[in-house]
Amino acid sequence: MNLSLLILIPLITSFALLFCKGLKQVRVVSFTGALVQLALAFILLALYWQERTAGNTAIMLFESNYRWFSALNINYHIGVDGISIAMILLTAFVMIAGILISWTTESMAKEFFFLLVFLSVGAYGFFISLDLFTLFFFLEISVIPKFLMIGIWGSGKKEYSAMKLALMLMGGSVLVFVGLMGLYFNTDTGNGSHTFDLLQIAQMNIAVEIQRMFFPFLFIGFGIFTALFPFHTWVPDGHSSAPTAASMFLAGISMKLGGYGCLRVATFLMPEAAHEYSWIIILLATIAIVYGAFATLMQKDLKYINAYSSVSHCGFVLLGIGMLTQGSITGAVMQMVSHGLMTALFFAAIGMIYTRTHTRMVEQLGGLMKAMPFISTVFVIAGLCSLGLPGTSGFVAEMTIFMGSWQNTNTMYRVATILACASILITTVYILRAVGLVIMGPIKNADHNGLADGTWNEKFAAGILIIGIVAIGIAPFWLNELLGPGTQTIIKHIEKAIAI
Amino acid sequence: MWNDILALLKQELIVTFIILILLTIKVGATEWKTDNILKLANLLLLINFMAGFVMNSEGTLFNDMFHTDRLITLEKNMLSLATLIISLQSYDWLKTHKHILEFYVLMLSTLLGMFFMISSGNLLIFYLGLELSTIPLAAIANFDLGKRQSSEAAFKLIISSAFSSGLLLFGISLVYGTTGSLSFEIIRQQLDGSSLQLYAFILLLSGFAFKISVVPFHLWTADVYEGAPVAVTSYLSVVSKGAIFFVFVPVLYTVFKSLAAHWYLMLFLLSILTMLIGNLFAIRQNNLKRLLAFSSISQVGFILVGISGSSTAGSASVIYFILIYIFSNLGAFGVVSLISALTGKETIEDYKGLYSTNPLLSWVLTISLFSLAGIPPTAGFFGKFFLLMAGAGHGNYELVIIAALNMVIALYYYLRVVKAIFMDSNEHPIEKLKISILPKLAMLACAGAIIITGFAGWIYDHISSLSTGF
Repeated sequence: MNLSLLILIPLITSFALLFCKGLKQVRVVSFTGALVQLALAFILLALYWQERTAGNTAIMLFESNYRWFSALNINYHIGVDGISIAMILLTAFVMIAGILISWTTESMAKEFFFLLVFLSVGAYGFFISLDLFTLFFFLEISVIPKFLMIGIWGSGKKEYSAMKLALMLMGGSVLVFVGLMGLYFNTDTGNGSHTFDLLQIAQMNIAVEIQRMFFPFLFIGFGIFTALFPFHTWVPDGHSSAPTAASMFLAGISMKLGGYGCLRVATFLMPEAAHEYSWIIILLATIAIVYGAFATLMQKDLKYINAYSSVSHCGFVLLGIGMLTQGSITGAVMQMVSHGLMTALFFAAIGMIYTRTHTRMVEQLGGLMKAMPFISTVFVIAGLCSLGLPGTSGFVAEMTIFMGSWQNTNTMYRVATILACASILITTVYILRAVGLVIMGPIKNADHNGLADGTWNEKFAAGILIIGIVAIGIAPFWLNELLGPGTQTIIKHIEKAIAI
Repeated sequence: MWNDILALLKQELIVTFIILILLTIKVGATEWKTDNILKLANLLLLINFMAGFVMNSEGTLFNDMFHTDRLITLEKNMLSLATLIISLQSYDWLKTHKHILEFYVLMLSTLLGMFFMISSGNLLIFYLGLELSTIPLAAIANFDLGKRQSSEAAFKLIISSAFSSGLLLFGISLVYGTTGSLSFEIIRQQLDGSSLQLYAFILLLSGFAFKISVVPFHLWTADVYEGAPVAVTSYLSVVSKGAIFFVFVPVLYTVFKSLAAHWYLMLFLLSILTMLIGNLFAIRQNNLKRLLAFSSISQVGFILVGISGSSTAGSASVIYFILIYIFSNLGAFGVVSLISALTGKETIEDYKGLYSTNPLLSWVLTISLFSLAGIPPTAGFFGKFFLLMAGAGHGNYELVIIAALNMVIALYYYLRVVKAIFMDSNEHPIEKLKISILPKLAMLACAGAIIITGFAGWIYDHISSLSTGF
């Protein structure tokens, strides 16, 4: 299968959107595009299984490689392994849900859907890139649509949030850029030229001093995208001010770009440095987990609750990566997928509540279960997944991370693991409190009595995300098998490097 | 001999010929209609641009005083293209003017001067070209005859140019005194890094720095850019700066190669200062022309990072960046110039809510600004990436880190404009403008080029293969 299709379909969709007239046409076109993309993601998954069961053990499948700037040895090189496919599936799920949630966008619908679909181009491209230049290109491509979406369709202090998000993400990008430069000029393909090719660099042994110097740039750069403490401050503002679909995309996909980059680029290409610096990563991740959880306790705005809990949950991803065991890294990727689905569902539910009640403040809401049972149920499911109830993806992912982390026998690392485990308790507190105050009890505001429940598009959107959450929660083995070869490659690479 | 002159001086002769045609029309008995003159001028400029691609030859003339090769031809074509775009963009502004022919004659004389400057193999012809390219520019900076600001700009331009020419001349005379020649080739061989030569080099560098408005020689820039008509401003910031860079790079890389250790350090400091000061001042600007002026100062800082790479990559990335800069900056200036010509509004406040009335202009301006900021998928991303990459190739990561952080600062003030256009509401936004077909065409061409250039990898490869001489 030609992987470029994954980029081409959203591109064609967004181009077609430019010629659409009226909301009806716009949403039909973008929905069709997202549906085709979802089908394509499943076809990719099937083909991948087929190849793997046929005994194909290549690191990356369906590779294709085209010259882009031959003078600088920059190629458009794409390929996927299990990890990328999991992320692609996640993106396809969130995109379709995001489009359905924005079904009734009134103002500037064409521009909104154009930017939303264009955002996904960056994500798909990022996950299939095997050339660091291409990867960086797709990483940065989303700055414009994010800025415009938050600034135009957002709520609250949207301009401030949009600017903060754009500048902080740009800051992350430039750090990544410096790291990439350091990598590039210390590679040697044999004939004196340098390379950006991920697989080629992995085979070279980058000198340890170089790794020490440039690993922080790459890790912090990507870390900013995934809310690495203390660079997480864009997350609460950005997520809360964004329109629902953009929040879903930001928290569900955009933050995963960072985690994926930390794993695939920083850790995979500079294993020695990752090992040396792992204590800092774990320290920061643990702070993010605990601090994020405590900060969530204090929030009164539903979107802020979810945003701060995202900081805490993405801390688990970084913790898993920092522990450098197979289990923890598998868990980190699972957590990325799980958190992507869960947080998208959460934002979707909050968006549905907000469009009806026009408030997101916990104290102004109450007893919603009586007025809108479907939306409340969705809210509860998202909450339970967030606190890691067995049967949801959250449990599987966090459990895998903890078990993997415990394999790292360093005492301090085990303390960090215990702390991270304990934070689930706080998660339970804030989730149950939010659920209790918003969903249960008597209806606080009499106006909320006659509000309509979810429409078909909202049910569809929530349903598709819930299917994903439950599918991982009940049958985690398929995801484990999908990620297996990819994480094994990374782990073997790290172990080989550390052993030397 | 004559065949050589015809072949090698082809581009200069075409420009001269166009000037003659326009002058003939001016002195002719029949009074031409404004519209026809504009159409003819644009057509001639188009022919000039297209002719740059056929029957090109390489070689030297007049005892190595004048030389041309494929790279130089390409650079001249880029300048011709920029001139054409500016001419198309100023259509609506020029239509209201009486002295159109003079405008074109003066603009083309400066273009001719730049052509000679780029092709120069000798300090004498270089200086000749430089002066030919500056003095008429001061005359067209004064083209809004009714406006006092315009003449003020012209005065500032001519005085600062004269001053920088003085510095250059002093440097040139010292170079002549220590090496005994004005020919680039002989100077290159004779340079031994004595302190007098170093002094001469610093004077030359300062002269150059004035022309490309490197901090601390930038003080004239903002006032001149603000006062002059927008067409002239874009010409100043794109064409004349580009031309100076086209000479500056080979002169540094070949003629002053033996002083590389010295100029490398100077470029290091100058580029940091230029980026930082340009960016910090741009943040405070409310007038879009002034904002673009300071942004263009900081862009120069980035170009200096690329030059400090000093290799094929350095030269190629600078030329590639200037190509992209032509599209990005002219895209931005094109919109500003149209709005300024039709409504007279120039501040960021005036641009609030522009999207609700003029979506096309808004998108072109936004794409151009993002390209200037270096955000993909616009071409500016590739330009900046390769510039900094050339800088990093020299092992100079401090400079690259500073430059990269400056990109974040730069993004802030570009986003301020985008925010005003898309997000701020305004009771009286700029009304829906009726734009003639030619400026629209030029703007769309710029926007299209911004989107396409980066993906066409062969453009960079082509430039890179041409600049292997360094």
